[in-house]
Amino acid sequence: MPIQPLLDSETAARNMAEKAPRYAPQEALIEANRCLFCFDAPCIMACPTGIDIPSFIKKIANKNPVASARTILTANVLGASCARVCPTEVLCEGACVVLDLEGDPVKIGRLQRYATDYVFEHHIDVLHAPAKKNGKKVAVLGAGPAGLGCAAELAQLGYEVTVFEKKKAGGGLNTYGIAYYKMRPEISLEEVRMIERLGVKFRYGVEIGKDVPIADLEKNYDAIFLGLGLGGANRLGIPGEDLPEVVDALDFIEWIHTKPLHEVPVGRRVAVLGCGNTAIDAVSQSKRLGAEVATIIYRRGENDMPAYEFEYELAKNDGATFHFHTIPTEVLGENGNVKALRLAKTEFRDGKLQLVPGSEWIEEFDLVLKAVGQEKQTSIFTQLFPGLKLDRKGRVEHNPETMETGVPKLFVGGDCANGGREVVNAVAEGKRAARGINAMLTKQKVEGPIQPSRHGAKNGTTGSGFNNPIRVPELLAAMSK
Amino acid sequence: MADLSINFAGIKSPNPFWIASGPPSNTAYQSHRAFEAGWGGVVWKTIGDPIINVASRYSALNLGGQRMVGFNNIELISDRSPETNFREIKEVKVRWPNHAVIASLMVDTRERWHEFVKRSADCGADGIELNFGCPHGMCERGMGSAVGQNPDVAETIVGWVMEAAEIPVIVKLTPNITNVVYAARAAKRAGADAISLINTINSITNVNLDTLTPEPTVRGLSSHGGYCGPAVKPIALNMVQSCAADPEVGLPISGIGGIGNWRDAAEFIALGSLSLQVCTAVMHYGFRIVEDMNEGLSDYLDSKGYKSVAEFSGAAVKSLSDWKYLDLHYKRVARIDYDKCIGCNLCYIACEDGAHQCIDLVDSAPYGLGPGRVPGKPVPKVREEDCVGCNLCSLVCPVDDCITMVEIDTGRDKMSWNDYQTRLAKGEMEPIPAHH
Repeated sequence: MPIQPLLDSETAARNMAEKAPRYAPQEALIEANRCLFCFDAPCIMACPTGIDIPSFIKKIANKNPVASARTILTANVLGASCARVCPTEVLCEGACVVLDLEGDPVKIGRLQRYATDYVFEHHIDVLHAPAKKNGKKVAVLGAGPAGLGCAAELAQLGYEVTVFEKKKAGGGLNTYGIAYYKMRPEISLEEVRMIERLGVKFRYGVEIGKDVPIADLEKNYDAIFLGLGLGGANRLGIPGEDLPEVVDALDFIEWIHTKPLHEVPVGRRVAVLGCGNTAIDAVSQSKRLGAEVATIIYRRGENDMPAYEFEYELAKNDGATFHFHTIPTEVLGENGNVKALRLAKTEFRDGKLQLVPGSEWIEEFDLVLKAVGQEKQTSIFTQLFPGLKLDRKGRVEHNPETMETGVPKLFVGGDCANGGREVVNAVAEGKRAARGINAMLTKQKVEGPIQPSRHGAKNGTTGSGFNNPIRVPELLAAMSK
Repeated sequence: MADLSINFAGIKSPNPFWIASGPPSNTAYQSHRAFEAGWGGVVWKTIGDPIINVASRYSALNLGGQRMVGFNNIELISDRSPETNFREIKEVKVRWPNHAVIASLMVDTRERWHEFVKRSADCGADGIELNFGCPHGMCERGMGSAVGQNPDVAETIVGWVMEAAEIPVIVKLTPNITNVVYAARAAKRAGADAISLINTINSITNVNLDTLTPEPTVRGLSSHGGYCGPAVKPIALNMVQSCAADPEVGLPISGIGGIGNWRDAAEFIALGSLSLQVCTAVMHYGFRIVEDMNEGLSDYLDSKGYKSVAEFSGAAVKSLSDWKYLDLHYKRVARIDYDKCIGCNLCYIACEDGAHQCIDLVDSAPYGLGPGRVPGKPVPKVREEDCVGCNLCSLVCPVDDCITMVEIDTGRDKMSWNDYQTRLAKGEMEPIPAHH
């Protein structure tokens, strides 16, 4: 049977309600007052964009949300979406010293949302581009977080920027691929509008190399930023994969973002292949949209899953089930629709993950969501830019300081450079590339984020995640030694 | 169990906790409730010729989410008639014969003072408190702090009161004066039985930045108010101790100013108070707070082996002296417990920008990763040889017992400024060189 929507609009809306709604002013004030206002704070180091977190929180405590938003957005133009989608548990909040003092960190993400919501809601622009342009033009390929981070920074430095995007709207994953209970797509679109107001031009529905030849870009622009992200889901390579109800998990999430919730088709029995954070988003949203059963199928064990611990907890609370050490060997159809999966147990044998002989069984599913990683767009990149070098994992090789590639005038950032990390990493890389472009074109260096909360630190190379990032998992690993 | 009852200049009270003259002691109804809750006494809201109040009377200083850290009022004395007030005092005394009821008074002429003093005794009040402190409204009419700020005037008026007084007289002192001790001495000279302090401090709590009117606002205008609440405790303690330590004063003291719990109370008693008066904390939380005060003070006295409040009263008065007697050779330095340090670096920046630049940020490697410390992120380290022992870092540190101030034996004998001057004069030593 083809899949169809399962819930009425009210139930769907209730189930998909925001996980962490906006703080009321008094809640924000109480939370902001928990911040110790550390000097050279660890949270800043844990933020890839190096937001001066103590400073923006102090401004909330002092009832100046506009200045707070200015601090946030100056460092991270996508501060509003990062407030919602960042894995704060392993970034800023994981590094918060109040976590060590009280066992519960300052809710940096929610405070960041409070401040950025305030300026969006009151239509206050805190970022400005110089009235006089510097006469230089940059083409940004891809309107995802990396492209936006690059474009916004360049616009503020006086560049004329044009962003080329294949889809109909900007924002990339933020607009199309974040679990609905974490963030509404409108927030991402609002961010794009904010960047438009900085003078950045967007050309949507444009495929690079097809609609716009690279030669034109190279001729008309002083520099090009490549921020094309990743491609579709990896192929499973099993029979039945092309049945209509075998869907890329990101496409499923995109349906949620582009249709009214009560019109999103979902299976009664949903299998999600893979166990990363996208898989969690897919399995949780399937349950919330009415699936009776939503099961993660993962070839390795519980301790191997790439999903964050708090995401795993969320999925369990949503009633998702988990088949670990399990692999699909075939998608079984009936009348051209998905009917079931043939599954088998896996085990490590001779140092390799292998099927357990005779362990196969059949389980009924009517929707199979693939969350087994996205393809690298390696062939596209090398087609567009024949001189581009890719590493063994398909990432574009680049100078990590300037984000410069081996191709003249070409800079890179985001998933295509890092292989697929967080939104906040993509913004940071886009911004770093913008500064790299600026350094190349003007021979002038733009300094790192200005951080009053560490002003005057002697011999200070620390204090900025933008320059010296730390990651909490690495921190925890170091501490457990 | 320690004996909490007191005999304060002849006024007997089952415990030292009294409701200070103010809104909570306005009526018999409130006094009944206060006594039922466990208060030992009530100082009645000041009785005088009835006044008219304005609407919008209070404002507050909030700090970091904590409300009413400081409190401000422009309310005047009782707006009820003296007849009503004295009748209700009588009712309360009938029902609570063993509790203290003190009539707070404020009138102008000698005749009126005589009349009101007599009426207080007639209604059965255990004592009288003279309101020489109210800093708003009444002082514009020559009463309240207008009296208290001029020791000669105060002495004269206390004299009038003593001419008619048959029950103990407490003089309530204003802090809005250069040296409160002069006012206390005036009260003593005029024959008062006791003093109480402090009354409220002249204040403006805040300005509304939209209307540019300070609070409390009365149709676009405000007025200088009287400040009280937790924020004034240090000022009150200072004044209480000054009076307690002054050999010329020598009067029982009723301590007032920011008392909200038994610890505050114990500090006031240690610095020379015998009874304690509370208003703002009751206005914030109600009469019920006295339960913790009685229990906490009793437990404290027991734990320290004091048999009564009176025995404990003044125990810390002598631990203060003039600065010139402090030991210049005493040395203490800050020590950081790296097992507790969470890496907030507040100590570093406080010392660097706000004190004497003797904390360095150094490689954390030798100290390991304590709670919250991040690999590669430096840790604060005190340069003990440069540390002046000012305490600032230990005060800003958010972690209990993480930074402690440790006494260093310099091997040198005690030498105060006084000793230093003496030795210099005798030529026994060279001047200590100034810091460069």
